[in-house]
Amino acid sequence: MTNVKTSPSSSSSTPPPTAAQASIGRSALSKVMRSREVPVASALIVLVVVTTAVNPLFLTPQGVKDLLLNATIVIILAVGQALVIITRNVDLSVGSMLGLTAYLTGTLFADIPGIPIAVVFLAGMLLGGALGALNGLLVTIAKVPALVITLGTLYIYRGVNNAWAGGTQYFAGDRPRGFSNLSTQTVVGFPLITLLAVVVVIGVAIVLAYTRTGRDLYAIGSDPEAARLFGIPVTRRVLGAFIASGILAGLAGVLYASRYNAVGATTGTGLELDVVAAAVVGGVAIFGGSGTVVGAAIGALLLTTITSALTALRVDKFWQQAIVGVLILSAITIDRIVSLYRARQLRMSEARDV
Amino acid sequence: MVTNTATAGIRPVLELHHAVKTFGPVVALADGTIEVRPGEIHALVGENGAGKSTLIKVLAGVHQPDSGDFRLNGEPVAFRSPADSKAAGVSVIYQEPTLFPDLTVAENIFIGRQPRGRGGMISRQAMRAQARELFSTLGVPIDPDRIAEGLSIADQQIIEIAKAISLDARVLIMDEPTAALSGVEVERLFGVARSLRDGGAGILFISHRFDEVFGLSDRITVMRDGAFIATHDTTSVTIDRIVREMVGRDISALFPKAEATIGDTVLEVSGLGRAGVFHDVSFTVRAGEIVGLAGLVGAGRTEVARAIFGIDRYDAGSVTLGGAPLKPHDPQASIAAGIGLVPEDRRKQGLVMELSVTRNATLTLRSSLARFGIIDGGRERRTGADWSSRLQVKTASPDLPVSTLSGGNQQKVVLAKWLATDPTLLIVDEPTRGIDVGTKAEVHRLISDLAVRGIAVLMISSELPEVLGMADRVLVMREGRLTATIDRADATAESVMFAATHTTGSAA
Repeated sequence: MTNVKTSPSSSSSTPPPTAAQASIGRSALSKVMRSREVPVASALIVLVVVTTAVNPLFLTPQGVKDLLLNATIVIILAVGQALVIITRNVDLSVGSMLGLTAYLTGTLFADIPGIPIAVVFLAGMLLGGALGALNGLLVTIAKVPALVITLGTLYIYRGVNNAWAGGTQYFAGDRPRGFSNLSTQTVVGFPLITLLAVVVVIGVAIVLAYTRTGRDLYAIGSDPEAARLFGIPVTRRVLGAFIASGILAGLAGVLYASRYNAVGATTGTGLELDVVAAAVVGGVAIFGGSGTVVGAAIGALLLTTITSALTALRVDKFWQQAIVGVLILSAITIDRIVSLYRARQLRMSEARDV
Repeated sequence: MVTNTATAGIRPVLELHHAVKTFGPVVALADGTIEVRPGEIHALVGENGAGKSTLIKVLAGVHQPDSGDFRLNGEPVAFRSPADSKAAGVSVIYQEPTLFPDLTVAENIFIGRQPRGRGGMISRQAMRAQARELFSTLGVPIDPDRIAEGLSIADQQIIEIAKAISLDARVLIMDEPTAALSGVEVERLFGVARSLRDGGAGILFISHRFDEVFGLSDRITVMRDGAFIATHDTTSVTIDRIVREMVGRDISALFPKAEATIGDTVLEVSGLGRAGVFHDVSFTVRAGEIVGLAGLVGAGRTEVARAIFGIDRYDAGSVTLGGAPLKPHDPQASIAAGIGLVPEDRRKQGLVMELSVTRNATLTLRSSLARFGIIDGGRERRTGADWSSRLQVKTASPDLPVSTLSGGNQQKVVLAKWLATDPTLLIVDEPTRGIDVGTKAEVHRLISDLAVRGIAVLMISSELPEVLGMADRVLVMREGRLTATIDRADATAESVMFAATHTTGSAA
């Protein structure tokens, strides 16, 4: 409450600068402490520190590179998923979209020797965008919950992938060296494709936080009916979120073909649940209206790191999934407790104001 | 001050003539006709189901009329969406405030048109500053950085108004803006409305409160059964005439209070407190007694009711029902002990809108209607039908979803739901909010009948005539404390308002 009262006066009557700065500092600090990303980021740090203490090999340059490479694909998918979830929808077809575009990438390189890498990226993202547009159109026109629609397209896209690929697989050997290098070469320890993911995260984060279109997505997820009454182009925005998710899944598919050796009919199967889990753990509320892509990205990093960390700590593989499950439940529990606490704080502070 | 004579010759800013709107076989609007002139406050009245909300949704671009002549500044227009009407300077405040709970207050005001700074990016600083400026114009201390979730209805309404002001609306339409407000808030809202009018805006508002309609408006338009009946200059028409036009008949007694024998104490609340919400609340309600709980919105009345019923926890005090202590924070136990609660927001808290009339009416009886855990459909139907007919719920079929009913009839279903449990204490929170004149009288008669049958009734109401007309005893709350207990004989509008607003001692 003090912050609210001091900041307007600081602009009009110029109090001692130190006090104003301290107040701004306090407000920034309290904002940071309240944000949904902080618990996940702290969990990630604790995890890395503990694991490294037990097994120093965990944080070698090669270890770090592996961690980042493993996380990259999920981070990009989680960013797209966050966009969709924020509008109170969900996209379960991302794993299948990734499979199709990864296979397209393999096919293009194998069938058209010398095809420019940029063209392949473009083709993958176009295909992803088209698949996402189909999801979005079905959701907005049929007015059936996205959970059902994208569950359907999950199977449809996978079926198309199966029919197209059959038993065929494409291997890294079919692809140009420059393409594979994206996943092997590093800049100050960061693989190139990870840097690309970081650019995606930052770009989408800026759109979500600082553009009207981005803010509309939060409004829609917060109360779709109110958004419609208010004249927000709900259909167009939701369609846009699905297309964006598709384009990002397409990008992830192309990168998948760069990162992993084989692409075929089953590439990306089951990824969608990891991606939704990453977004939820990262503080994107499953009922829409709140959360950030930075959070979702940290969530993705946390989930993939846990798998590696448990291996480094020699925890039985069978326990790993259970631990991820516990993490999801704790993320939701913490979120609930924090919001109850905040409601109580608001109640108390307003009562005092009366 | 602009009067009718001054606006009489002026071309209406907004005019709709003979608009028709049907939804399948249902004619929601048979003859939607209204003219709003710049610089006037125009009241739209009619019973629930008269087509007022449909008319407003046509003006707002939410619904597109099937036929009719719609003009803005004399030019024909067709709004295809709410965005069109907003762009044309028509701002609408709906009955249920349409805020986004997850967004900040400032963002709620500016969503879709946030001030932009460098590189086309939203400037949060500018947005915050503009929001603060709006609130200081309105004279309300709302923190623009707060998220909208948990704001009182009065504050939500203020934010809607801030939104409309910032849009520089030429026409402001308000659908029952004061339904959830009382006292200070209503006055504040009226002050804002008058200054907007004096600034040349045309204002159209729906209200069921005649004191407001006559105190605020320059002209009044009456609708009945989806059709335009008449437009009057407010100064040259009487309440009786308006009521007659609204209902198509005369209404004799608005508050038919029957004499009931008052028996033993049923509810005893002593020293009840919840930190930051209410403190040291003590009172009793006896069998056959209607106790009115008056006060301004935000005085803590609903919160006391919620604590008694067990929805919220309380930190201090105790509640006994029929001499036995009531288990705190356990609505199931309260229902079992014989308490019914008719909540203030019937759409969200009182009914399951998608379920049928029958299902809603028998919701509280599920276990007694069930055999081996499975609900007996036949008994459910018979019980539901029985209660619907006893309360004269008007519905085409008891199998229709309750959302198809008018507000008054929905309230009857909520009452039926609780009466079916045969309660000893019924708490009714704003029982006639948003209900039309005719049905209001029926709801009052029902409540009065309950008291005659020996049920203890605790009635929260912001409508003074209702409190004064119905209650045997009036409790008044202010800022979380019980400030007065007034007997029926001594209760007047002045004594109740005094207790509700009078600040004692230190504060201002």
